[in-house]
Amino acid sequence: MRFIFKTDYNQDIQLAKHGGHVFWYSLLGLFLLAAPWVIEEYWLAQLTFVLIYAVVGLGLMLLAGFTGLFSLGHAAFLGVGAYTQAVMVNAGLPFPLALACAGLLSAAVGMVVGLPALRVKGIYLGMATLAFGFIVEEALARWESVTGGNSGLSVNPPALFGWELESTNEFYFLCLVVAVGATLAIVNLMRSSTGRAFVAIRDSEISAQSMGIHLARYKTLSFALSAALAGIGGALYAHKIQFLSPEQFSIIQSIDLLLMVVIGGLGSIHGAFLGAIFLIVMPQLIALGKDHLPDAIGQAAGLQGTVYGLVLIAFVLFEPMGLYGRWLKVRAYFQLFPFYRRGLFKRQKTFQKSDRLK
Amino acid sequence: MTDDILLSARNLSVRFGGVLAVNNVSFDVKKGEVFTLIGPNGAGKTTVFNLISRIYTPTTGHIDYAGPHGTLRLTEQPPHRIAGLGIARTFQNIELFEHATVLQNLLIGRHTHRRTGLWSEIFFTGKTRAAEIEARAKVEQVIDFLNLQHHRESMIAGLPYGVRKVVELARALCTEPKLLLLDEPSSGLNVEETEDMAFWITDIKNELGITVLMVEHDMTLVSKVSDRVLAMSMGEELATGTPAEVQNHPGVIEAYLGTVDDVSSLRRENHVGAST
Repeated sequence: MRFIFKTDYNQDIQLAKHGGHVFWYSLLGLFLLAAPWVIEEYWLAQLTFVLIYAVVGLGLMLLAGFTGLFSLGHAAFLGVGAYTQAVMVNAGLPFPLALACAGLLSAAVGMVVGLPALRVKGIYLGMATLAFGFIVEEALARWESVTGGNSGLSVNPPALFGWELESTNEFYFLCLVVAVGATLAIVNLMRSSTGRAFVAIRDSEISAQSMGIHLARYKTLSFALSAALAGIGGALYAHKIQFLSPEQFSIIQSIDLLLMVVIGGLGSIHGAFLGAIFLIVMPQLIALGKDHLPDAIGQAAGLQGTVYGLVLIAFVLFEPMGLYGRWLKVRAYFQLFPFYRRGLFKRQKTFQKSDRLK
Repeated sequence: MTDDILLSARNLSVRFGGVLAVNNVSFDVKKGEVFTLIGPNGAGKTTVFNLISRIYTPTTGHIDYAGPHGTLRLTEQPPHRIAGLGIARTFQNIELFEHATVLQNLLIGRHTHRRTGLWSEIFFTGKTRAAEIEARAKVEQVIDFLNLQHHRESMIAGLPYGVRKVVELARALCTEPKLLLLDEPSSGLNVEETEDMAFWITDIKNELGITVLMVEHDMTLVSKVSDRVLAMSMGEELATGTPAEVQNHPGVIEAYLGTVDDVSSLRRENHVGAST
C-alpha cells in the first residue's frame, strides 16, 4: 500500500504522482524507443497501427468518454483526414503542413457535425452522426476528380524537404511522436478548466450551465478537437495503408472505433490505448485460433464479427469500465493484498435526478 | 431599484400550456439578507428559482439584478452568464458531477474565474499551472469552511446524501457568488445535519457577506435563519414579512391547513366538544 504525503498543490497537478509512475512510464518509454531494434518488423507495423488507432481513440474518448457525446460516424473524420493528407502529399506539399491541414479540415467538419449535438442527445445524436458518416463515405466515392472514387487513391510516402520517411522504422517514430504529443495534449486539457467543463457537461448539463459553462461552445469545441485528432490519425493511417478507398471509412470502421473506446474503458486516457491494442491484436488472435477450431466454425464468414460482438456484450455486462477498469481492480487487489473484497468498486445506485429541468 | 436591493422581481408570470405556475409575483431581495420562499408543494417556488437562473423565461414580467457593472435586466441574459454575474444555485434533487471527485466538482465551480485559453491549457504553460494552483487555494478555503476535508478525494457516486448536499453548497460557494440560491437545503437531511445547515447559512450571510435566497419547507430552519419570508400558494404571492408575521398570516394558515369551516365539516359530531 502506498501513502502519498501531500505538502504542495503542485503534487495534485503533476503528471507523475509518485515514483511508481516515473519508473513504469520511463520503462514504457524506453521500450517504445527501442522497439524497432527489439521486435520483429511485422510486430513493429502492428505497434504503429496501435499508435495510429490510439490517436483516433483519444479523440473519440474526449468526445464520448469525457463529454458524453456519442458519435457513430467517427470514421468519416478519419476519412476526411486521410484523403486530405493523400491529396496534399501527392501534390508535393511537405508532410507536417499536410498533417496540420488534415487536422484543421477535420476539425472544421467536426464543428459542423457538432451543430446537431447542441440540440439532440443520446440515440438521436448517434443517428445524426451515423447519417453524416454515410454522407462522407458517399462523397468520397462520388467525388472522383479528387478522391479517385471507388478505384482508390494511392498515397506517396511522407516527405519533408527532400527527406522521405520511407522505412518502417522512420514512420514508426513519426507515429510515436504524434501519439505522445496527442496524449500529452489531452492529459493537459483534462487537468485544466476546459477538461473539467467537458466532464461537467457529461455528468449534468443543467448544473454545468448553472456553473457558467457555455454548453454550445464547449460541445462544439469537443467535437472539433475530437475530429482533429481523428483527422490526424487518418493522415497517419493514409501513409501506413498507402492506398485509400471509400469502404475503409464505412460504418464498420465507425463501430470499430466506438468498440475500441468502450472496451478500453470510457472516461480514461489509458482506455484509448488499451482499446487500440485490443482492436489490433484481436484479429491476429482470431487468425491464430482459426486453425485450431473445427472447419465449420474456423472457416465461417463473420467469425471476427461474432467474437467482437461477444466480447462487447461481455464487457457491457461484466466490466462496464472496460479494460482500464479491470486493470484498476487488479491493481487494487495487489495493493491491498490480502484485504481486497469483491464489493470494493461497487457504487451506490445514483439518486434520482430531477427530470423536470430537461 | 434602490441601492440596498440586489434582486428585484416585478410581475413575474409563467404559463406552461394551461397551467399558470407563477402568477404576477413581485418581490425584492435586499443586500445581505436571507430571503426565504415558502409554500405548499406546487406553489411555484422552484419555478421562481428557475426564472432567476434563466432555465425558464417568464411569460410576463422581468427581474432586475444589481450586477458587477450596474443594474441589468436578468431576464435578458443567456443562462450560462448567470454564474458570472455572481448568482450561484443548488438544486432540490442534487445535480453534482457524479463521476468526478469532490475536489473536481469544486474546481468546476471556479469555471467563471478561469483566465487561461485553450492553447495555454493544451501545453500546460506556467500561466495555466499558476491558475490551477490559485483555483485550488480558493477551493481549499471553501473545503475548510464547510469541513469537507475528509471527502476531498472521494467520488461523488460513493458519498451519502447528506454529504452530497454539503458538496453542492460548497460548489456554489466556489463560484464566489453575491447571491446564493438554495433550493430546499435541508430536504433529506437528519436533524443534526439540518442544524449544521442553519449554522452555515448564517455564517454565509454574516462572514462571507453573501445574500441568500432559499426555498425551504422546514419552518424551524426558516425561522432560525431568515430575515424575511415570502409565502406563495398556487403560483400567487400570499404574504411577505418576518418569519413570525408570515406564519401568523391568515392566508398562509389557510393555504397550509385549510379554513376552520373545512376542518369542522370533517369532524365527527360526538367529538366536537372533546376536541375544542
